[in-house]
Amino acid sequence: MHVTINGEGHEIDDGATLADLVTEHLPSARGVAAAVDGEVAPRGTWAGVALREGQAIELLTAVQGG
Amino acid sequence: MSDELVVAGEKIGSRLILGTGGAPSMQVIDEVIAASGAALCTVSMRRVDPTTTGSVLDVLGRHGVRVLPNTAGCRTAREAILTAQLARDALETDWVKLEVVADDDTLLPDGLELVDAAERLVADGFKVFPYTNDDPILARRLQRAGCVAVMPLGAPIGSGLGILNPHNIELIVAEAEVPVVLDAGVGTASDAAFAMELGCDAVLLASSVTRAQDPAMMAASMAAAVTAGRLARRAGRIAKREHARASSPTTGMAVL
Repeated sequence: MHVTINGEGHEIDDGATLADLVTEHLPSARGVAAAVDGEVAPRGTWAGVALREGQAIELLTAVQGG
Repeated sequence: MSDELVVAGEKIGSRLILGTGGAPSMQVIDEVIAASGAALCTVSMRRVDPTTTGSVLDVLGRHGVRVLPNTAGCRTAREAILTAQLARDALETDWVKLEVVADDDTLLPDGLELVDAAERLVADGFKVFPYTNDDPILARRLQRAGCVAVMPLGAPIGSGLGILNPHNIELIVAEAEVPVVLDAGVGTASDAAFAMELGCDAVLLASSVTRAQDPAMMAASMAAAVTAGRLARRAGRIAKREHARASSPTTGMAVL
């Protein structure tokens, strides 16, 4: 199925969870937060968040700033 | 004598708070943290770049510095709240530097969105450090909303123009019941010292250090300035006078 990750389109396996996606796309999940369709998906829930066709996932972390 | 900064019931080991933005490399961030003695540093939340090596969090962690995530770039309360919630989840802190700016040219806070976001973040359990205009009434509203500090600007972010309205900063200090942090506008050490002389509890700066020709040396300068300004404030300066007042004895003069 097709989803958007940080603004870019990606094909991911049907039935993939948010935890699967993070493992697949990032070298480390340390210090990372996720939002799905504009709502925070708390880190502890990722394994239970089944992704659906067309969803927009944002994966954020701390960078220098402020 | 102990003179530690206490915010939200927690001691912060330095009255100089450092923003990490604008540094050309992680090495420079490492050097300026060491030179400044900062115990609290801001970071921003941005999309993960899987190709990036080294994290600002690693640098802060090595120095034992507490992280203050900001909501830089947010234009609405909704965006700022979501960003704060993501920062809390990623960094395991309920402290947030709340920034809700109106546009890219001024980077000035949007007061209406700011107060709205502050109220809702406080209700959600956040310890809110709002970046605000040098407006005593807005600062009052933010305190009433339950913010743990107020952080008025001296001048626009990155401008280095110093403290444009010291009278307003004094008014904010005079009625503040939470720490006042002079945030933004500092260009050089005398600006930081002046902020502390006006009664601010701390100074938050970034560009003036990270974009200086010698960032580590400027960081050391800012640390000294904050200390000097704080001591001067506590020591109690002399009143300004219209005319001179001799400091040498006026009696016992020889007749020559």
